[in-house]
Amino acid sequence: MTTLTHLQRLEADSIRIFREAVAESEHPVMLYSVGKDSAVMLHLARKAFFPAKPPFPLLHVDTTWKFREMYKFRDRHVADLGLELLVHRNPEAERLGINPFDHGSSAHTDIWKTEGLKQALDLHGFDAAFGGARRDEEKSRAKERVFSIRSREHRWDPKLQRPELWSVYNVRRNPGESMRVFPLSNWTELDVWQYIHLESIPIVPLYFADKRPVVERDGVLIMVDDERMPLRPDERPELRSVRFRTLGCYPLTGAVESLADTLPAIIQEMLLATTSERQGRAIDHDSSGSMEKKKQEGYF
Amino acid sequence: MAHTSDLIAEDIDAYLLAHQHKSLLRFLTCGSVDDGKSTLIGRLLYESKMVFEDHLAALEVDSKKVGTQGDELDFALLVDGLGAEREQGITIDVAYRFFSTETRKFIVADTPGHEQYTRNMVTGASTADAAVILVDARYGVLTQTRRHSYLVSLLGIGKVAVAVNKLDLVDYSQDVFDRIEEQYRDVAAGIGLSDVTCIPMSALRGENITARSGHMPWYSGPTLMDYLEGVEVDDDRQAGPFRMPVQWVSRPDLDFRGFAGPIVGGTVRVGDRVRVVPAGTTSTVARIVTLDGDLDAAVAGQSVTLTLADEIDCSRGDVLCAADEPAAAADQFRAHVVWMAEEELRPGRAYLVKVGARTVGASLSGPEFRIDVNTFEQAPGTTLRLNEIGVCDLRLDRAIAFDPYDDNRDMGGFIVLDRLTNATVAAGMLRAPLRRSHNVHWQAVEVDKRAHAALKGHRPYVVWFTGLSGAGKSTIADLVEQQLHALGVHTYLLDGDNVRHGLNSDLGFGNSDRHENIRRVGEVSRLMVDAGLVVLTSFISPFRAERATARALVEPDEFVEVFVDAPLEVAESRDTKGLYAKARRGELPDFTGIDSPYEPPEHPELRIDTTASTPEQAAKAVVDLLRRRGLLDGLEPGPA
Repeated sequence: MTTLTHLQRLEADSIRIFREAVAESEHPVMLYSVGKDSAVMLHLARKAFFPAKPPFPLLHVDTTWKFREMYKFRDRHVADLGLELLVHRNPEAERLGINPFDHGSSAHTDIWKTEGLKQALDLHGFDAAFGGARRDEEKSRAKERVFSIRSREHRWDPKLQRPELWSVYNVRRNPGESMRVFPLSNWTELDVWQYIHLESIPIVPLYFADKRPVVERDGVLIMVDDERMPLRPDERPELRSVRFRTLGCYPLTGAVESLADTLPAIIQEMLLATTSERQGRAIDHDSSGSMEKKKQEGYF
Repeated sequence: MAHTSDLIAEDIDAYLLAHQHKSLLRFLTCGSVDDGKSTLIGRLLYESKMVFEDHLAALEVDSKKVGTQGDELDFALLVDGLGAEREQGITIDVAYRFFSTETRKFIVADTPGHEQYTRNMVTGASTADAAVILVDARYGVLTQTRRHSYLVSLLGIGKVAVAVNKLDLVDYSQDVFDRIEEQYRDVAAGIGLSDVTCIPMSALRGENITARSGHMPWYSGPTLMDYLEGVEVDDDRQAGPFRMPVQWVSRPDLDFRGFAGPIVGGTVRVGDRVRVVPAGTTSTVARIVTLDGDLDAAVAGQSVTLTLADEIDCSRGDVLCAADEPAAAADQFRAHVVWMAEEELRPGRAYLVKVGARTVGASLSGPEFRIDVNTFEQAPGTTLRLNEIGVCDLRLDRAIAFDPYDDNRDMGGFIVLDRLTNATVAAGMLRAPLRRSHNVHWQAVEVDKRAHAALKGHRPYVVWFTGLSGAGKSTIADLVEQQLHALGVHTYLLDGDNVRHGLNSDLGFGNSDRHENIRRVGEVSRLMVDAGLVVLTSFISPFRAERATARALVEPDEFVEVFVDAPLEVAESRDTKGLYAKARRGELPDFTGIDSPYEPPEHPELRIDTTASTPEQAAKAVVDLLRRRGLLDGLEPGPA
């Protein structure tokens, strides 16, 4: 009798989800955010279809405000793997120059990401989109399905959601409806890091501690990644050894002070940590239940 | 998220090495808020140090604001869900929680326990290896305990821990606990649950959860956490025969043809003989391909890609099996069915059934009997409603590979889908093939539809006229029948007059009787098509679902739907039988167009606009359509 480890079982289940979704979709796509969850998801997709390449493109819904290192990593990594990458930037947001400083984090995220995602899905006619969301991230996600049905308007309607029994997923949609598929539903943050370590999956260097120019603003360490960041009169960027637990738009992503520059050291810090990974994300701070609201509007 | 191990701080590499070898346990918790279920789960998360300080700070605030424990932490608030239900204080769906200890990662399916949530409990139970059933020590084994235990047993969960909670409220009495254990073992024995462990505890006070209670020296069994960490779950799946449903055929280039799927039973090794079920062809495993390199063997629980030594037919939905112990194939089954939709089961209607990676057309019989989940008694019934469970016969439109559910959950668990909305309306467990399944299968050869049709000299099919009363269906259908008859076609026209007086004389005009009327017309049409006839039907048949059911009973090219379209005001102004006038006076309830809807076909083979054509022109349009579809081939002289 071979006892499979928890990571082997999670991996096998995720692979099964990928294959099922692709087998019953016309135009699948993988949402690629360049973060660690995307990295794991991409790795699992490669395993699911090997020796073929994943039979779908990657879609990055860009905001133009990601860390420079993320863009660099994205382009190199995707080229190394020989995959197709689609980048979508909401033209309306580009025209209006939407940014987190002038328009606030909520409008910034809504217009670039939520609206941008809907535009991209409509533009290409994708009927299934893989996302890296996990049920452990936030309370409102604990009940999210692996295969989440969205209406023609991309809305999440509780009445459309189906019971999921065994691994027999109901993948059928009506014309115009689409699916969000979450292969990492049952993974935790610790699982993700352990798997990255075990499988030597490449991730953006920002996850590792290094000296980076930061300012402390409203109690959060923000990296001054380029000259677009307006500094307040009393702010002087200083080099501190920091890393990031999650990655997003640099003005909205808090750094943590750390010396952890290896994966085991990161995992060690995480295991000894006392705050959750979402604490560094400005988006959750708006109000209680804000993720729930965003989900209904079509954000991941 | 401070795990307790000092190893984290001292030697993270050693810690990681150890933690890569954790196993996984999925379990289900059953009980209601009143039993302290949320408190128990909150306590498990808290004691396994899965609660971050920011969450804990929020918990303290919430506990003071809406908690039920005075100034103490209310652990139930750790596992609340969507905003609406948080305010209502109830749980309305399955929530999945995660925690881990030194030896195991746990996935908890947290399901509410009320009767109307059978659907949720069954969903949560379907993926669980073990179940924790909560019993309030003050009340002992209740109706809901019996219900939870029955569902756990129905879904094939072998391992059960009974958490006898709130011992602190009965003075930690051993007598109380012993009496409850005895009661429970009686219930369990009656429904085939044999591996049962009863644990006295107080979730609120954290006694016998992870730490042993100082108040119950008389108890020497495991704490709940001991139980969860120790319960054996490396199920019989690996011991059983090899099974792999093919999800995906991988063809990256002309030289490679791999079959990708999850192994749901047994072990496979390179060189093993395998059989494709239902086709029955055999071959040998050539390679077990993964991104990490080829494997010599793989076991149940892994997802792999196999290549075979021979070029044999095998596609998505087929099951690769151990050649000497293959799964059976059948097209009719006896099954337990759990109804999950607001709309009740319609016996005989065309549904879809998905087992493994195969989706097939299916119909279900009315229940042989329903099962009362509280008393385990059998009750008669003609249908299944939301949250009801029954034993039904399942008829599929082709044979599938299967094992009885109790032998292999992945090979015997199925879902039922509505063809129109695509909703999951039911789930079920295949128990056994019906004997007539084989009979029908093997006898259906000698004088079959093809033979009947050959004798008639034309193809059999249905022309289904639908439209409002007074739209002109019967007039047009009559004309079409005359023209087909003149061409030598063997026709029969089914309409209200010849069906209502005989076959359906037991039916009235209420909603369910009207459904049954159309169901029988569909079935009769199918028999007539089987006999080689061309059937014309002329019924209002207002509902899309009914027409889809009738369509699904015959082959796709054997059904021609003709929408006789007349606006309501036009049909009503014709009112040849005076029915609209009666309906307007309220003498005919549920009259289509007046107080019952007509759902126009979305994609009829033909739509006739009766405001723009005469009945003769309409009949010609129908015959022309049949000609274009090749249905009159051989009956008319070709162009000279």
